[in-house]
Amino acid sequence: MSGPRRERRKADPEFLDPERLYVITGDLDDSERAALDLVTMVVAQAEPSPTFQPEQAAILRLCQAPLSVAEISAYLSLPFSVVTSLLSDLLATELIESRAPIVRATLPDRSLLEAVMHGLQKL
Amino acid sequence: MDFRSSDTITGPRTEDVLPTTATAAVKVVIVGGFGVGKTTMVGSVSEIRPLTTEETMTQAGVGVDDNAGVETKTATTVAMDFGRISLSEELILYLFGTPGQERFWFLWNGLFEGALGAVVLIDTRRLEVSFDVIGRLEERGVPFVVAVNTFPDAPHHPVEALRRALDLPDEVPMIDCDARMRASSRDVLMTLMRYLHSLAVPLA
Repeated sequence: MSGPRRERRKADPEFLDPERLYVITGDLDDSERAALDLVTMVVAQAEPSPTFQPEQAAILRLCQAPLSVAEISAYLSLPFSVVTSLLSDLLATELIESRAPIVRATLPDRSLLEAVMHGLQKL
Repeated sequence: MDFRSSDTITGPRTEDVLPTTATAAVKVVIVGGFGVGKTTMVGSVSEIRPLTTEETMTQAGVGVDDNAGVETKTATTVAMDFGRISLSEELILYLFGTPGQERFWFLWNGLFEGALGAVVLIDTRRLEVSFDVIGRLEERGVPFVVAVNTFPDAPHHPVEALRRALDLPDEVPMIDCDARMRASSRDVLMTLMRYLHSLAVPLA
């Protein structure tokens, strides 16, 4: 096969520093700046009431069952950054609860991967 | 106020509502050039109709986006399609199809950092568009497999020739797939999980 060829790259230490990964997903002490991932799961802790902002009421209505931040953004047709800002306010007032995703930084965990494979096999 | 009244927001269809036990989420990123079949692959394995999340890039793009010489601040909307697979009552897998251009990746907090791994979807007719993507994943230390989407009119190259052209290490799995087929896309994800499993250290 002729044509263009790629050259392999080395891992850049800037992206491999585990401390950096911790800083991104950690910082749980400061609820104002809770790090919300696309797949952070959100569950409402309250029913929407007419006193809430429409966006907040919509989020509470959507999240009566668990929903990811990405899904909330899609259903509300709002940019990811806008949704994370709205969710941060709701988190600070404990109107919603969030569950951080299982990220690769907390791996290696073979049992998790086995659970994923088991689930995929049922598809 | 251009936000729709919350009464008109359409949430998940009844059959798409997750059980309250769904508390653990993992994600996989499918990355590739324009038109390579990312959304097709997401759609073929997703249990929900693929959804789209958007982000707007404004001044954050300065110095990153290629708009040198452009005086006015421009806003670019970047969309990302995603799907979902409930693996069990607790564990949910999200699949994100993202454009190959790395300048968009920063828009989504920790998109790659938190991902279990990535699938690089390639089209043998335009192999070179995947070079930069693969290089970026190598730099970031994100484990990935390469899936060759078999388009009917695409030239068929032996896997070893493609591996040389892509300069992939022997251990990186390559697999042919038909992104339109659920079983084929599922096999790609299984290949990624087996590869990650081989890289993982057993728990002490």
